[in-house]
Amino acid sequence: MKIIVCVKRTPDTTTQIRVKPDKSGIEQDIEWILNPYDELAVEEALKLKEKNGGIVTAISLDPDANNSVLRRCLAMGVDEACLLKGGKNYDSYSVAKLLADEIKQREYNLVLFGKQAIDDDNYQVPSMVATLLDVPWVSVVTKVEVNGDSVCATRQIEGGEEIMETKFPCVISCQRGLNEPRYPSLKGIMLAKKKEIPVKEIASLPESVAVTGHEAPSPRPPGRIVGEGSGAVKELVRLLKEEAKVL
Amino acid sequence: MSYLTFIEQRNSQVKKSSLEALSVASKIAKSEGAPSNAVLVGKDIKGNFDTLYKFGADSVFYKDDAKLEFYNPVIYRDLVVNAVRKTNPKRVFFSATSMGKDLAPAVSCRFEATVIGDCTEYKESSGKIIWKRPVYAGKCYILLCGNKNPEFVTLRPNVFNAVEQASSNKSEVEIDFDIGSVNPKIQVKEIRVQQKGRPELTEASIIVSAGRGLKGPEHFSLRDQLADVLGAAIGTSRAVVDAGWRPYSEQVGQTGKTVSPNLYIAIGLSGAIQHLAGMTSSKVIVAINKDKDAPIFKIANYGIIGDAFEVIPALIEEFKRVLGK
Repeated sequence: MKIIVCVKRTPDTTTQIRVKPDKSGIEQDIEWILNPYDELAVEEALKLKEKNGGIVTAISLDPDANNSVLRRCLAMGVDEACLLKGGKNYDSYSVAKLLADEIKQREYNLVLFGKQAIDDDNYQVPSMVATLLDVPWVSVVTKVEVNGDSVCATRQIEGGEEIMETKFPCVISCQRGLNEPRYPSLKGIMLAKKKEIPVKEIASLPESVAVTGHEAPSPRPPGRIVGEGSGAVKELVRLLKEEAKVL
Repeated sequence: MSYLTFIEQRNSQVKKSSLEALSVASKIAKSEGAPSNAVLVGKDIKGNFDTLYKFGADSVFYKDDAKLEFYNPVIYRDLVVNAVRKTNPKRVFFSATSMGKDLAPAVSCRFEATVIGDCTEYKESSGKIIWKRPVYAGKCYILLCGNKNPEFVTLRPNVFNAVEQASSNKSEVEIDFDIGSVNPKIQVKEIRVQQKGRPELTEASIIVSAGRGLKGPEHFSLRDQLADVLGAAIGTSRAVVDAGWRPYSEQVGQTGKTVSPNLYIAIGLSGAIQHLAGMTSSKVIVAINKDKDAPIFKIANYGIIGDAFEVIPALIEEFKRVLGK
């Protein structure tokens, strides 16, 4: 079984995001991590490999050619990694096209993604890559069952789940609940340090969307403490009804 | 140049969030003197046409077929692509629901375009539209402008109003596409409904969220009782989910759901940065916490300093009284 996992470097969830003075982006002096949803994809790939045999390849597209998240994938147990230097951060179509072009040159049964990257929150690349590869896809998946060539994937929707049936080759994007990602072992970390990570320079594509600026969230209006304990409840409910008018 | 809005249905019923998207599309279309069209696919859907006209649709492009009863990403994609090719729109709208987020990029990809996704505001500026959308789960906003036609846009549910408006044409056009000619290689085997009677977090106008202040999983029924009085959705924090007290589907925050209800009530929830990211765009925030220095009070409109076990029962009684329940 050949599995490809696509991974991205994102700011840590505990990071304060600050907009640059010229509004062109965010300050970069922050902690970076492997996108938490991509970590689920790596874990699922490793579990499927442990059960069915095969090889897991991690691919990352990074304009700055930073390979730290691929090192982490290798330390978790991924067999090989490939870094694509290029792309523009925001433009999902060009990211999907560049990834699909790379994936087309490889053999695969399954391509795994996180359901979204926690920076741009775009949720676009998995459906796009599947469309470009002309294979079916299931996104926001919390359970995967593989039986030979058949795949049964549970997808989260509003107030419920859709159970989708498909066959390899296909694309799946991973949601929390699917698994608990492992921590890399010390041995894994040592081995990962020695592994080569090939870098491919790729040409950028024209943008289909222009980023015209960034803004910090508008500050919330100053609030007030209505009171203490259950004695304040009457006044709170009155304010919600008469002042805020939300009841 | 026309406008096109994808209308989502479940169980043959059009979703409210699609009417919100249709309203925005129709409003912009009409200001430009352009037709506003809708695309609707499903089974037994014809009863919805009048609703779509009421919210500004001039023509409805549809496919009504038993094979379309459930969402099939491949067939739905091919049908919507067909409708886009046929109508050659300037902009194509979807609601950013689970279906919209899955489908919109698959469609836009065929036109080599990125989706301007999950927008919460827009501004018209010299013939172009600048879209505003949250990134980093709302820790920051990005401003975007499409630079090709068609432009693909998804709108966050519950942010824009569904507004009735005039429709000029009121015609139905069946999409000329043979579903049997596609081998989708994928199908829905089953749909499981999890929640009964409670609205979904991302669609709710009121949310009652509780954190570790409830001290243990056995006390979350208090939160649920309060939610039921208000007809609210239920939420929680990552700490609670990580402790295994509540399922992940209830988590609000950067690695959970991002929500923007009219009223968000946070109980015994300190307000970690990753939680705040997912709910600061709520219209009104109420915080109830024992710790007067909890970060949640910094963003709350109204706060009560107090113990959850004392305040929740009092809230339930007072809401019942005021709402006449």
